[in-house]
Amino acid sequence: MDIMDIIVLVLLFSGLFFLTGGAIGILRFPDFYSRLHPAGKLDTLGSFLAMTAFALFNLHHFSLGALLTSLKILLIIVFVFLASPTATHGIVDAGVRAGLAPWTKGEKRR
Amino acid sequence: MDNIFLYSALYLAFLMILSLVRAVLGPTVLDRMIGVNAIGSKTVVLLILIGFLYHRVDMFVDIALAYAMLNFIAVLAASRYFQKRKGLYDEAPYL
Repeated sequence: MDIMDIIVLVLLFSGLFFLTGGAIGILRFPDFYSRLHPAGKLDTLGSFLAMTAFALFNLHHFSLGALLTSLKILLIIVFVFLASPTATHGIVDAGVRAGLAPWTKGEKRR
Repeated sequence: MDNIFLYSALYLAFLMILSLVRAVLGPTVLDRMIGVNAIGSKTVVLLILIGFLYHRVDMFVDIALAYAMLNFIAVLAASRYFQKRKGLYDEAPYL
């Protein structure tokens, strides 16, 4: 258990914490538009933290192949940061164009 | 460290079941798409964890990258498809 393992564990558990918040938010928010808020942001941040932990842990036994694998994990992070907000925007756009009314206070949860 | 990764993977599978509940129960089609998208973004993390468990990260990283791209394309295509379907929902259009 050296200092590198502790950094990896802290990053991994904070990533799992944010992913937990995203899952609970998707279950408990009252309507479609507010459910996209945890789905779009918390999943992106949770993936970012967990993937950073994996990229650091992979460099534990340093070699050229391990460095290449870590760079690929960083590439996944960059792709998720580009793709996940775009997908969320696409779903919101579909909802607005299909004419889904937003939830207001006092209405029934749906 | 292997045990910690194993239990993290199990916990991640539990979170995917929670997202699957939304995908099954969701009142509109778009709610189901939110659930499926959340499951996909958790699957990318889970694939790299499985790679660490099998000590073959160099192979599983490529699978995870391909899965991330596939999930993105699938969600975009499905949202472009369903936005044309008016009358799919029980509420009246407000625009």
